[in-house]
Amino acid sequence: MSKIWLIIQREFLSRVRKKSFLLATLLVPLLFPAIMGGMIYIALEQDKNVEQRTIQILNNSDFLKFENSSKYKYIAVEGNVDQAKIVFSESDDFAFVYIPKLDIENPKGINFYSKSSPGISLISEFEKNIERQIRDVKLLESGISQAVLDKLKTNVKINSFNIKDGEEKKSSSELISGMGYVMGMLIYIFLFVYGNQVMQGVIEEKNSKIIEVIVSTVKPFHLMMGKVVGVASVGLFQFMIWVLISIGVTMGAASYFGVSSGQQVMMKNVMEDLSQEQQLEAAEVNPEVLEVFNMISDIPVLKIATLFVFYFLGGYLLYGALFAAIGSAVDTPADAQQFMLPIMLPVIIGLMGLFMFVFKDPNGVVSFWLSIIPFTSPIVMMGRVGFGVPLWEIVLSMGLLATGFVFTIWLAGRIYRVGILMHGTKVNYKVLAKWFMMKN
Amino acid sequence: MELLEVKNITKTYSTHTALRNVSISIPKQSIFGLLGPNGAGKTTLIRIINQIINADTGSICINGENLNANHIKMIGYLPEERGLYKKMKVGEQLVYLGQLRGLSRKKAVIQGKHWCKKLEIFDWWSKKVEDLSKGMAQKIQFISTIMHEPELIILDEPFSGFDPVNANLIKDEILELRDQGATVIFSTHRMESVEQLCDHIAMIDNAEKILDGTKKDIKNSYKTNTYQVEHDGDIQLTESIYEVISQGKSENDNVLSSIKIKNNSSSNELLSELIKHTEVHSFAEKIPSINDIFIAKVKGGGNE
Repeated sequence: MSKIWLIIQREFLSRVRKKSFLLATLLVPLLFPAIMGGMIYIALEQDKNVEQRTIQILNNSDFLKFENSSKYKYIAVEGNVDQAKIVFSESDDFAFVYIPKLDIENPKGINFYSKSSPGISLISEFEKNIERQIRDVKLLESGISQAVLDKLKTNVKINSFNIKDGEEKKSSSELISGMGYVMGMLIYIFLFVYGNQVMQGVIEEKNSKIIEVIVSTVKPFHLMMGKVVGVASVGLFQFMIWVLISIGVTMGAASYFGVSSGQQVMMKNVMEDLSQEQQLEAAEVNPEVLEVFNMISDIPVLKIATLFVFYFLGGYLLYGALFAAIGSAVDTPADAQQFMLPIMLPVIIGLMGLFMFVFKDPNGVVSFWLSIIPFTSPIVMMGRVGFGVPLWEIVLSMGLLATGFVFTIWLAGRIYRVGILMHGTKVNYKVLAKWFMMKN
Repeated sequence: MELLEVKNITKTYSTHTALRNVSISIPKQSIFGLLGPNGAGKTTLIRIINQIINADTGSICINGENLNANHIKMIGYLPEERGLYKKMKVGEQLVYLGQLRGLSRKKAVIQGKHWCKKLEIFDWWSKKVEDLSKGMAQKIQFISTIMHEPELIILDEPFSGFDPVNANLIKDEILELRDQGATVIFSTHRMESVEQLCDHIAMIDNAEKILDGTKKDIKNSYKTNTYQVEHDGDIQLTESIYEVISQGKSENDNVLSSIKIKNNSSSNELLSELIKHTEVHSFAEKIPSINDIFIAKVKGGGNE
């Protein structure tokens, strides 16, 4: 056992002492928010400074009206479509819209011409605008007065609460999705970065040919576990540093919030959903900032942090062992490519599941199964926990993950012990299976 | 007293047999040459002794005790495929490898430094391995093999890739370690080094042991009673018990003949017979080199 400890120590120290580790550890928490902030800033600036675009409009309908906005300026044109198109193509204007005489029950034939493809958002903005106008016309026709129509426009913001054990808690699914997203991503990145480090480490030992000296002193399985655990401790160490840094940054930001709040909350909202422009205005008030902070403090940090560490370690052990097995089987990182896909696939499925199912319906069937199956659960369950997951599901998922990594470690160990001593063999899945079956 | 006793070891992989019923015994404080062509099964046997792989059948005893995990610290192993962690410092690496062989950290530092000084590489103690020349890295590998004072030192092709200076240095160290009580197993297919170093030899070919014994006995048993004579002019040996096998020119323009005695008459009788016919410049018994025996055995020729 003391030898495993020696190996863990070596793996940990040899990585932590590298300059690249120090650099990554310090730069990532600074760089990522900086890049994100920078992009949001640019997006906001672009929105603000966007040039007013001119849209030519040939409007044959009698009820549609288009008012100039900060973004778009409408110029009415006359004549038939073909002439108008020619005029448009010779002009510098952004787009030309043709609206035929519309049947209000079945509005058809509106065409949008532009020199470059318009974004989807522009078209849907247009569609919504027209739909709203048609609805208004219909409402007017059914006898509702303009005064009532004006009153119909209301802004609604839903406050969502979780009721549990008789207590009400204000919840914010935006904040929780944001957290789930960040943690799911983090686990995804950790799986790859550290899984790859394990693989590289094994390939290095094999390539530098030190492996035979080492396995004459320790069992291959112990060497593999020492490496896997050693690299995991590097990951945890790095994560701890990041937590400390972000606590520092958050505290710094909190004291800064009092001064200029609007900007920061705006950023936050933009991060969660860039299109919710109305909320920007709403957030420009101080009490809302306080609310966000209250919600942050309401999130069960300890529970989520514990789960995060468990799922990080569990997922890492599950995949790390497989990465070690691949490393043992090949001679160069290039050879490893062919075996990476089956490992990467479930991880990517997990990440896709996080985006496509969990945020839409955290308790749906797909979300449930993805968070139970060990190969995807580390990523998906972290996306779900913020929304409240029944205890039995968490226990089941954790239990299966533990079973899963015991299984993959066993499987990987059997391939590893043979693979590390093989040089220059052409390896395919059949060979791996043979190694797996080989007696000691 | 036998240090290592290998009994009836068989190891089969799915497609071929690597070792078939091999037994060897290695006396304490000997240098034991394990010979055989590439792929004969030497490395498999060595890996089994090192507990890297297990034999299918058979037993191995060290000092009369069945092979177990405690023996790891008694063995020093320099594999044929050898290397070091390139990014690690020399000192750290030696201490790490020493600790893996069961030394305490403190002892590993002392031993590592001692040997680095002895092999004149101490200046590199805190340099990274990737900065070392190949010869220096080989010294470090050798140090890592013997720094924990193993009773059994196993060297698999130790001189492959060594330059002659280092090879000699290592040779001297091996002899010194033997004199201090260590037993050395020396696996190779290069016979000239065996000739100089080994007391005992076992030859493995095609998974089976084909020859075993002390170097002296083996050489004697392969003697063919042939003598190399350097002399002037032609000789006509009338006695039919002598046969001239070959004749050629020596460097001094004398004639060099190989003469075989077909019965058991002595070399003196041959010499006195020769003196009658010619002027003899030199006379020596032709003793087969290990290389000759090796080639003869491996080709399936055997004795005669």
